[in-house]
Amino acid sequence: MYLYDDRDRCLLRERVRQFRDQTTRYLDGDLSEDQFRPLRLQNGLYIQRLAPMLRVSIPYGLIAARQLRRLAHIARTYDKGYAHFTTRQNIQFNWPQLPEVPDILVELAEVDMHAIQTSGNCIRNITSDEFAGIAPDEVEDPRPWCELVRRWSTFHPEFAYLPRKFKIAVSGSASDRAAIQVHDIGLQLVKNAEGALGFQVYVGGGLGRTPVIGEVIGEFIEPRHLLTYLEAILRVYNRYGRRDNKYKARIKILVKAWGAEVFAARVAAEWEHLRDGPNTLTEADFAQVRQFFTAPAYEAVDLAVAEALVSACAAAERAFARWLERNVRAHRVPGYCAVVLSLKPVGVAPGDVTDAQLDAIADLADRYAFGEARVTHHQNLVLADVRRDDLPELWRALKAQGFATPTIGTLSDIICCPGGDFCSLANAKSIPIAEAIQREFDDLDYLYDLGDLTLNISGCMNACGHHHVGNIGILGVDKKGEEFYQIQIGGEAGSRATLGQVLGPSFYAPEVPGIIARILDVYVQRRHDGETFIETFRRLGVEPFKDSVYAKAA
Amino acid sequence: MPKLLKARDFAIDAWQRFDGDVARIAGGDALLFPLPVWLAQRDTLLAREASRTGIWLNGDEEPEQIAADIRRFGCVAVNFPAFMDGRGFSCGRLLRERYGFRGELRAVGDIFVDQLHFLRRCGFDAFELPDDASLDVALNCLDAFSIHYQAACDPA
Repeated sequence: MYLYDDRDRCLLRERVRQFRDQTTRYLDGDLSEDQFRPLRLQNGLYIQRLAPMLRVSIPYGLIAARQLRRLAHIARTYDKGYAHFTTRQNIQFNWPQLPEVPDILVELAEVDMHAIQTSGNCIRNITSDEFAGIAPDEVEDPRPWCELVRRWSTFHPEFAYLPRKFKIAVSGSASDRAAIQVHDIGLQLVKNAEGALGFQVYVGGGLGRTPVIGEVIGEFIEPRHLLTYLEAILRVYNRYGRRDNKYKARIKILVKAWGAEVFAARVAAEWEHLRDGPNTLTEADFAQVRQFFTAPAYEAVDLAVAEALVSACAAAERAFARWLERNVRAHRVPGYCAVVLSLKPVGVAPGDVTDAQLDAIADLADRYAFGEARVTHHQNLVLADVRRDDLPELWRALKAQGFATPTIGTLSDIICCPGGDFCSLANAKSIPIAEAIQREFDDLDYLYDLGDLTLNISGCMNACGHHHVGNIGILGVDKKGEEFYQIQIGGEAGSRATLGQVLGPSFYAPEVPGIIARILDVYVQRRHDGETFIETFRRLGVEPFKDSVYAKAA
Repeated sequence: MPKLLKARDFAIDAWQRFDGDVARIAGGDALLFPLPVWLAQRDTLLAREASRTGIWLNGDEEPEQIAADIRRFGCVAVNFPAFMDGRGFSCGRLLRERYGFRGELRAVGDIFVDQLHFLRRCGFDAFELPDDASLDVALNCLDAFSIHYQAACDPA
C-alpha cells in the first residue's frame, strides 16, 4: 500500500496545526458558527444528535495493521470503545469531544491518517474495489490511480467550496464492485483494441433524494490526461452547478438539466485549455506510484496439501464449509485467497467494531495477510492475501472474534446507515430494522438457498445506506412524527446499475420482516433453476411482488 | 471599513467601486467598474489609463466577458456573494491562467481568513477582510501549507 514520505507527513502536520488553530478560534468566539461549519466538515467533524461525529479517511479502503491499532486506541481513549465502518470505506467515531479533536488528529497523523475532506462540499475520499490487485477479473489495478486522484484532490484550492459534496470511485474490473455508476464521477479502467489503458468516465450518478445512474461522457481518456480531465469536469461543475437549493446542487442535477451531451461538450471545451497543462501525468508519476502497489512476497503454497487440509476441515466442520462457501473469495495467485470478515453478526449495528476487535483485526492482518486489511463498501473488511492452508486456523480465530458470520453476499449482509439512533438527519431508525430482519431470517440454509441478494437500509432520503441500489431497499420516512418504512425492489449496484422500484405505501417497523418474507416467497416460488433474486425480478417485473405484498388477507 | 491585505500587510486601498456618478469617469480616481457599467460604456472607458481602471466582477459574472480587454485593467475585484460560494476560485484561475491578467486580483465580499491560502493559490494577491481582522491570524492562514499536491496558480 501507499507509504507516506516526508512531504506527506509535513502536510499532515500542517493540517493538524491548522485545525487546532481553527478550533481554538471557534471556541474563543473568533470564528462564527457558520464559518466554522465548512472548516470542521472538511475535517470530517459533524455535530450530531448525541455528540460530534468524526469521520476518518481510509483512502480507497486500504489500511495497515499499525493504523488499525491506532484506531483501536482512539476508540478506547476518546470514544466509548467502538467505531463504525461506512459505505464509503471510511471509519467514524461517534463520541469524541470537540476540544479533543485536534489531539485525535495528532494521533492519526502519527500513523499517516487524517480526516481531510471526509465531509463538506469538496472532493471526498476516493473509493474503489476491495479486491483491487488480486481479483481474477481485473483489467488493471485501480489503486495507483486512486492514489494519484487522492493527491490531486487533497486541498485542491479551486474545489473546496463546491456547490455540494463530490464523490469519485474507481473500478479496475469488468464487474464493478465500487458502484461507480452511482458516484458523481465514476472511473472505469478499460483497455482499447490496441491494448492501451484508458478511463471510461461516468458522470452525474448519485443516490440521495434524486437517484440517478451516471452517464458516460468520456469513452477513453488516456491515463496521462486523467487529472486535467477531472479538473475540467470539476471546473464546469464549480462554475455552473446550482447553489440556490442544496437539494438541487449535486452535479447530477446539472448533467440532467443540460443533458449529458451538452455537459460533455462543455467539459471537452474546458479540457482543451487544461489538456497537456501542468497537472498532466508523466511516466515518472506512474512509476512513482505503482511501486507502492506491487504484489506482496507471496510464498509457494503446496496446492495439494492446502486443498486436502481445507477439504478435511470442511468435511469435519459444517460451519467451516459454510464460511468457505460465502466468505472466502478467489485470488489471482494460486494457493492464495481473499477472506471477507463479516461485520454483520446479528445484534450488532452493521459496520460496528469494538476497540478490542480492531486490535484483533490488526493481529490477524499481521499474522495472515501481510499486515494489511481493506474496508468494503458493504461495511465489511477483507484480508486480501491469505494462504489457503491458513484458512482453518484463520477461521477459528475469526470465529473467536465474531467475524466469521458466514453470510457475505446474502440477505443478512445488510448495508445500513447509522439512522435515527445516531444521525441528526435521519427520519427513522435503521439499525433496529436491520436487526429485526437478521433475526427473522436466521436460518442459514434458507439464506444460502436465497443466494446472492443485497438488502440496503437508509434512515432518510439522503440514502447513506444506498437503498436505491439494493435488490431490496428500505427507506425510513417520517409521517407526522411517526416512523414508517418504504420498500423498493429491483435495485442493483455494479456494472448493471439499476434503481429499485417503490412497491407502494409504507409500513410500520414491526411489519417489515413479514413484508420481506412475502417478497422472498414470490422469488422462491417463481424462480427458474439457478436464477438469482435480481434475475427473477427482471424477468417478472414488479407486479407479482406488489400483488403479494399488498394482497388482502383471504 | 474593510481592511485590505496585500503584500503580507494591511494596505491603503487606492481603488473605489464606481458609484454611478458619471462625472467621476473623466477624473483621476482609480475606479472599479461593475461589469454591466463597463459593458455599457466600454467605448468611453477604454480611454482611461489601465492604472486607474478596474473591474468589479460579481460571483455570477463570467470572466470571459472581460477577456478581450484584460490588459486595460489595473485591478479586477472578484466578489464572493457568500463565503460558501466557491465560483470565485475558478474565476481567479481563469483570469490569471487563461486570460493572462497581471494586475491586482482582489477577493472581495464575504470571504474570511481561513480561505486565504486557497485564494492565493487561485491567483488572488489582494484580499478584503473585515475591519476586525488580525494581521497575525491572516498571515498564519495565508501560509497554512508549504506542501501542495497539485499545480494551481501559485505565486512565483
